[in-house]
Amino acid sequence: MNPSVNPLTGYLLVAALLFAIGLAGALTRRNAILVLIGIELMLNAANLNLIAFWRYGPHPEALTGMMFAIFSIAVAAAEAAVGLGLVIQIHRHAKTTDLDAMNRMKG
Amino acid sequence: MSFVFYFIAALSVAGALAAVLLKNTVHCALALTVAFAGLAMMFLELDAQFAGFAQILIYIGAVAILVVFAILLTRGSETPTDGVFSRKPLIGLVTAAGIFAVLGWAVLHSTQVLPHEMTKPTVTVMDIGNALMGRYVLPLEIVALLLTAALIGAVIVAMHEKAGAR
Repeated sequence: MNPSVNPLTGYLLVAALLFAIGLAGALTRRNAILVLIGIELMLNAANLNLIAFWRYGPHPEALTGMMFAIFSIAVAAAEAAVGLGLVIQIHRHAKTTDLDAMNRMKG
Repeated sequence: MSFVFYFIAALSVAGALAAVLLKNTVHCALALTVAFAGLAMMFLELDAQFAGFAQILIYIGAVAILVVFAILLTRGSETPTDGVFSRKPLIGLVTAAGIFAVLGWAVLHSTQVLPHEMTKPTVTVMDIGNALMGRYVLPLEIVALLLTAALIGAVIVAMHEKAGAR
């Protein structure tokens, strides 16, 4: 078995690597904006998986994976807008974007 | 696996690594743009032209700009003196490495059962439009509602509180 022959394997491995990088960033960075960047990377890795399975799956003319990826991009855009709005409001309130310093929910 | 694939994959992974590892937040946002561009090229390489250009327009054109605005509005470009990573980064790194190991193992050991379509799909934008207005019209409407709600919500959340308004 030579896995490098199948092109799907390469795309899935790149997506897994991007997901792991995004997860590591989201878990280890202290700036809230960098955590959001990590989440965006994870969402993008999932989109790459969807498109790769659509391209090499049995029925590409059904457009299922592509549609899922397009809707996922739209939801990710909404998530980024709300998340960054929250970060700006928290910074205005607490004068920091350091997640270790945000240890209470009371205003 | 062509040379083009390896080049694009290396570009995306390098951009993602730089976005996570760099100290200056503005540099991180720029590296994130490189990673998004690499992913868009990968979508084009997979014959998903519409998704590729949507990725360029939405991620590079909107999300990356939004991130830069947020960084500049929160003065996040000033590198903190006590390090940019959390005090206990080991747990996060081990979790991420473990998840990558499991995913990689699953991918490498399931190649025989995965379908293998080598014919190029011919999908035009007209097909996508017909699908969006036909079979996927309900998800489209829900996404439209979600985007409207997110727009209003983001504006309300980020709006200036007036003095004594509470």
